[in-house]
Amino acid sequence: MNAKSGKGFGILVTFCAMFLFWLLLSGIFDALHIGAGIICSAIIALISHDLLVKGKGEKMLSKSFRFFIYIWWELWQIVLANFDVAYRVLHPKMPIDPCIIEFDTSLRSDLALVTLANSITLTPGTITIDIKDGKFWVHAIAKKPADALLVDKTMQKKVADVFMEW
Amino acid sequence: MVLIDVIVILFLAAGIFFMFTGVIGLLRLPDFYTRLHATGKCDTLGEVLIIAGLLLYHASHYYHEAPLVPVKLLFLIAFIFLANPTATHAIMKAAYMTGVKPWKLGEERR
Repeated sequence: MNAKSGKGFGILVTFCAMFLFWLLLSGIFDALHIGAGIICSAIIALISHDLLVKGKGEKMLSKSFRFFIYIWWELWQIVLANFDVAYRVLHPKMPIDPCIIEFDTSLRSDLALVTLANSITLTPGTITIDIKDGKFWVHAIAKKPADALLVDKTMQKKVADVFMEW
Repeated sequence: MVLIDVIVILFLAAGIFFMFTGVIGLLRLPDFYTRLHATGKCDTLGEVLIIAGLLLYHASHYYHEAPLVPVKLLFLIAFIFLANPTATHAIMKAAYMTGVKPWKLGEERR
């Protein structure tokens, strides 16, 4: 795929996404509203297509599929995280021992880093503080969640699998 | 209908329970960072469970004048999952950058 057709593809994908979003949110299907939607989506697609579709979309389909599978595991982790916080908060002695840890990952693309950062924030006992060049600073509420990131590295492996950046 | 109403009530009750633990955590935990743990996680799941309950209610008591409302609620869920951890992370980073010291075990609560 050369650069020019890649750009046209990006504009087209952005336009379709924006227009679908417009239709779903407006819910009024007369000429005026659809026309206004087409004009607005076209302007947005022309100005900011490179925000949504960055560069070449290589292996987008299989990545989306892996991401879809990953979401269900992540949802389960979020439920566990909430029971973990509820336990620590409601326990009379509050079993917490906060510490800040740092570790390196093999991830480089923005999307993969954002996914891992948000996953860390949503899963039991850990919040991302900062990312620099694939290096993460994480605040952990106790020793056990910190070890899950430092020793087991389950989540890093899963995200690396999704975005195929080992 | 009654079964679906019971499920909706369960969703809402679970959501309120998690929001409630979030508030208790905000009041009990010792410092800025640990409080963010409570609010950042509990708010996400609490809000999502409440919206899921509303979605189920709206989808089961089908309203002809607003058929797109469940879709909009689904979008709300997706955006909460995106925005909530990002905002938590942004607040955390701002505090870390300006030099708020993390609480260590055995210290006085702040």
